Amino acid sequence: MNNLYLVDIAAKDLASEPIRKGFGRGLKKAGELDASVVAACADLTDSTQISLFRDAFPDRFVEIGVAEQNLVTVGSGLAAMGKIPFVSSYAAFSPGRNWEQIRTTICLNDRPVKIVGSHAGVSVGPDGATHQMLEDIALMRVLPNMVVIVPGDSVEAEKATLAMAKDGRPNYLRLAREATPVITTEKTPFEIGKAYVYTPGTDVTIITTGAMTYQAMVAAEQLFKDGIDAEVVHVPTIKPLDAETILKSVRKTGCVVTAEEGQIVGGLGGAIAELLAEEHPTPMHRIGMKDRFGESGEPNELLEHFGLDAKHIRLAAHHIVERKK
Amino acid sequence: MTQTHSLKQLEQKANTIREDIIRMLEHAGSGHSAGPLGLTDVFTALYFEVMKHDPKRPNWDERDILLLSNGHCVPVQYATMAEAGYFPKKELLTLRKLGSRLQGHPERTKLPGLENTSGPLGCGLSQAAGMALALRMDKQLTRRVYVVTGDGELDEGNVWEAIMLIGKYKLNAITAIVDRNNIQIDGPTETVMPLEDLKKKWEAFGWHAIEIDGNDVEAVIDACAMAKAITEKPVVILAYTIPGKGVDFMEGDFHWHGAPPNHEQAVQALHQLRTLGGKIRSEHE
Repeated sequence: MNNLYLVDIAAKDLASEPIRKGFGRGLKKAGELDASVVAACADLTDSTQISLFRDAFPDRFVEIGVAEQNLVTVGSGLAAMGKIPFVSSYAAFSPGRNWEQIRTTICLNDRPVKIVGSHAGVSVGPDGATHQMLEDIALMRVLPNMVVIVPGDSVEAEKATLAMAKDGRPNYLRLAREATPVITTEKTPFEIGKAYVYTPGTDVTIITTGAMTYQAMVAAEQLFKDGIDAEVVHVPTIKPLDAETILKSVRKTGCVVTAEEGQIVGGLGGAIAELLAEEHPTPMHRIGMKDRFGESGEPNELLEHFGLDAKHIRLAAHHIVERKK
Repeated sequence: MTQTHSLKQLEQKANTIREDIIRMLEHAGSGHSAGPLGLTDVFTALYFEVMKHDPKRPNWDERDILLLSNGHCVPVQYATMAEAGYFPKKELLTLRKLGSRLQGHPERTKLPGLENTSGPLGCGLSQAAGMALALRMDKQLTRRVYVVTGDGELDEGNVWEAIMLIGKYKLNAITAIVDRNNIQIDGPTETVMPLEDLKKKWEAFGWHAIEIDGNDVEAVIDACAMAKAITEKPVVILAYTIPGKGVDFMEGDFHWHGAPPNHEQAVQALHQLRTLGGKIRSEHE
């Protein structure tokens, strides 16, 4: 799989950058390419990185204040007049607080608002459980018309943002706060609705999204030394799901581990389980937050504490390969 | 003052729309009676005198926009749109039926001429804000955005978020019309959740507030004209209406908020409307 132009994750100089930074750059570029791209924010302009757009296009930016219900509904109104609105806040508040407005005025009303939820996952860290959004993938995935995108690094987030500006549907973009290893390059393909085999293998399929893809790739290197040839499938679009790529991999390997920084119920693992239960029942292990909330701590400490890292993916892969026999 | 229709013509249209509302609701067997009847004069004024629109070109890019925020009152909008020629009147009897374009609560994607999907309360002003901001960005300064909201709906926090934002940006393209009928599902608004002093509340958020008799078509037209002339602030029209207006056994009774008439009640209501409350003897058909 050398046509994906991925970075060597074992490289000593592997760079890291918060995924949200890629969104900020992407939105500014999207604004330069299309005058109908506009933005609004609920008092978190710098931390969601929408400030880059605001500074470049002050006349196309709306400061909503701390009012997330209003944020998305104003977005619906902007979209009604032909604008392409990106509206950002923390994922815990948007879509955490304003789900019904998203359902009625964006999804049912079919307005292409781009909802950007930053600071998702336990890796938010010291702010604690209130701010560590874990349910957003499930909340957005159940909505008809909604597209759910979780980029794996800042470079992919930039591409996703540019793609969203051209996508005529309601979109949700999930972003993380912490610096994340940059595993893709400018040339790495990204298309809404496509999954990608980042590490080819034959023994087990590890399906991941967001920053967990890096953890899975690290796990795959370790597994190779353990004698297990793992395939890592990166799924940056959770809805619509790329069933073809996923099924092709699972038919080959015969067992699956999913991993995500979100609730184990209703997220990526849930989506994969639904697909496989109907199309290709397969031994499967899901990694995610086990129906509980997070807590304060340092990001890496929390990921390890809750079993959301390469170590736990490796253990799960061993377990599931054993079960397959 | 009216321009294209005489006051008498408008009042006749309002009466016809009320008759259609009664027929639709009886046929549907469910739905809200009081609000639509109370709002009929507001809708008659908007569609036949105030708004720039064209029933033959619902997507005309210079049209004014009407957002019904309290979606449960949509029978009045359907009946008014049919009267204006947006779709055939016989379609009114499909209200709330499987396959109908006339959903129980309005769905924009189903029926050309609807500008939003509503029902869950409190969202119309926010959408109007987005629309008015877009119009300002595009320097389209002649188009207007009208929002009809209920008064019980003002319990919703989202409404006040929008009122604050519209006040902040002085979005004078927006005219809000509050259906101040003093009822909501659980009883009188001032018992369920007091709203007064409502005028002062809007004014405190940077709006110009006008109080009118919302069952007086001419008063609605004049207030909307005044709203156009006030350019430094958004304008809210507190339209005091009688819920169930035109049907005496429905007027002012909150039990009719969410209920339709049965056949006998519909016959009685239509008789009252056709005779203009007994003022004329021969019923028109």
